[in-house]
Amino acid sequence: MAVPILQVEGVSKRFGRFVALNKVSASFQPRKLSAIIGPNGAGKSTFFNVVSGAFPPSEGRLKFNGRDITGLAQHEFARIGIAKSFQITNVFKQLSAHENVRVAVQMRFARYQLLKPRAAMGEVADRASALLERVGLAAHGQRPAADLAHGQQRALEVAMALAAEPELLLMDEPTAGMSPEETKVMMDLITALAAERSVILVEHKMKLVMGICERLLVLHHGEFLAEGTPADIKANDEVRRVYLGQG
Amino acid sequence: MNALVQTIRQHRVAAVIAFLVVFPLLMPYQALAINILIFGLFAVGFNLLFGYTGLLSFGHAAFLGVGSYLTGIGMVHGGLPWGVAVLLGVVSAAGVGVVMGYLAIRTRGIYFSMVTLALAQIVYYAFYKAERWTGGENGLRGIQVPSMQVFGVKLDFLEPTTKYYVILAFVAAALWFVSRLLASPFGAVIEAVRENETRAAACGYDVARTKLLVFVISAALCGLAGALRALHLSVVPIDSLHYLLSGQAVMMCLLGGMGTFFGPFVGAGLFLTLEDVVTTLTRHWMAVVGAVFMFFVLYFPSGVWGSIIKRLEKAR
Repeated sequence: MAVPILQVEGVSKRFGRFVALNKVSASFQPRKLSAIIGPNGAGKSTFFNVVSGAFPPSEGRLKFNGRDITGLAQHEFARIGIAKSFQITNVFKQLSAHENVRVAVQMRFARYQLLKPRAAMGEVADRASALLERVGLAAHGQRPAADLAHGQQRALEVAMALAAEPELLLMDEPTAGMSPEETKVMMDLITALAAERSVILVEHKMKLVMGICERLLVLHHGEFLAEGTPADIKANDEVRRVYLGQG
Repeated sequence: MNALVQTIRQHRVAAVIAFLVVFPLLMPYQALAINILIFGLFAVGFNLLFGYTGLLSFGHAAFLGVGSYLTGIGMVHGGLPWGVAVLLGVVSAAGVGVVMGYLAIRTRGIYFSMVTLALAQIVYYAFYKAERWTGGENGLRGIQVPSMQVFGVKLDFLEPTTKYYVILAFVAAALWFVSRLLASPFGAVIEAVRENETRAAACGYDVARTKLLVFVISAALCGLAGALRALHLSVVPIDSLHYLLSGQAVMMCLLGGMGTFFGPFVGAGLFLTLEDVVTTLTRHWMAVVGAVFMFFVLYFPSGVWGSIIKRLEKAR
């Protein structure tokens, strides 16, 4: 078996006395689309934040391509190839859509260059345009991000995450607040992206991911309750109980 | 008209310098024009941190003051030539910026402002107490630059017009640098940090390091303003480190337009001209300046220059 793209080994996260994640372990194979599902309060967001580098685990280790990345700073995650899109839309609101993506692309080219004009960095601008087109925003490049519709801002997030050319893309409820049409477009995009890289979704709506994911992991009370193919999960009584019991 | 505006925007440094070259002819006397140059640079340096990076420092007097004092100390006590002393002033201000920035960027919002204020007060106190070097309450006296040799040309620095143009050369270079920086990749990063720190970090930018770098550059620019002020006044009053000046930097930025390239300069010009005119009429000039400031903050929140730019952009 190939080296897993991401290994989570005995990871816990505590906030004061509250245990949000309790010694969870999982490993993710490269170029697969997986989803973490679970009812509200199961610890999905905490899991997402820990594996995407927003905060370090209280205990346990994270390995990326076999390399220990526990405790790396947030910005280092993007540099080594782990990018994310946030649950709550998180863009540079006053900047144009194109500039949002351009800044994200620029990270791999220049971070502390003070005197070179960025207008001369045509490649960065071109790549940003290509990414906007990829997520269906080619016509909206010059609009301030704040003026874009909700679904468009979410698409912009994805373009920004892709700008880092990540090997692993983490997405926290990518369709949150979207209309059914927007959701369909986003799910198609995610499926297409997963053909080129590893994608891990954190999702509340089980139905949404059933059709497209190869593997599901079910979180409940900060622990993995079950994992397997969508068919396995569907047939799992305990999962059914957790989801139904919760309403 | 559009084409003209376009050209000016593309060559903003050249346009600003052209304006500043004729500027003394528009002013009642050169000392005021020189003051505006110096405080314009001070406000531009401050704006890099405040307007572009979104960090409100209440301690920038420290950099102006340290720039002034170290230039003065270098000349009076160290016998350094004026050019080297200016460099010493700038480097010292940047050094103080490293320490203050390192401590302050660990905090956010009002705490950042308070930490910068507190650290600046420590600097004030230290210079106030080091009387042997700084002259304490009386300020540092005896900074003399009667004449200077520049590329074989002898310039009479006591002649106000010459003094203006010598100082302008420094200010112009600094403005060119700021303009380049804002147009650079790093300029995009600092705006990204201002817009959304979480996202900037997720994009792979080291937010703390970016902030520290801007903080130090801002400190160096304000230190240069201070160094030039020491040459201009030939004394360094202890007020140079007073938090009143930190507050004035904020006022100048807001008055002219924070986050615009030339706004702070316009703000400094307005503030100092207003002060100059009103003080001849009443001792209570602060009240008048305060009222004007309130008017602009309430009705023109983008500042004088910021509002003009918005108009022009709408007209396009």
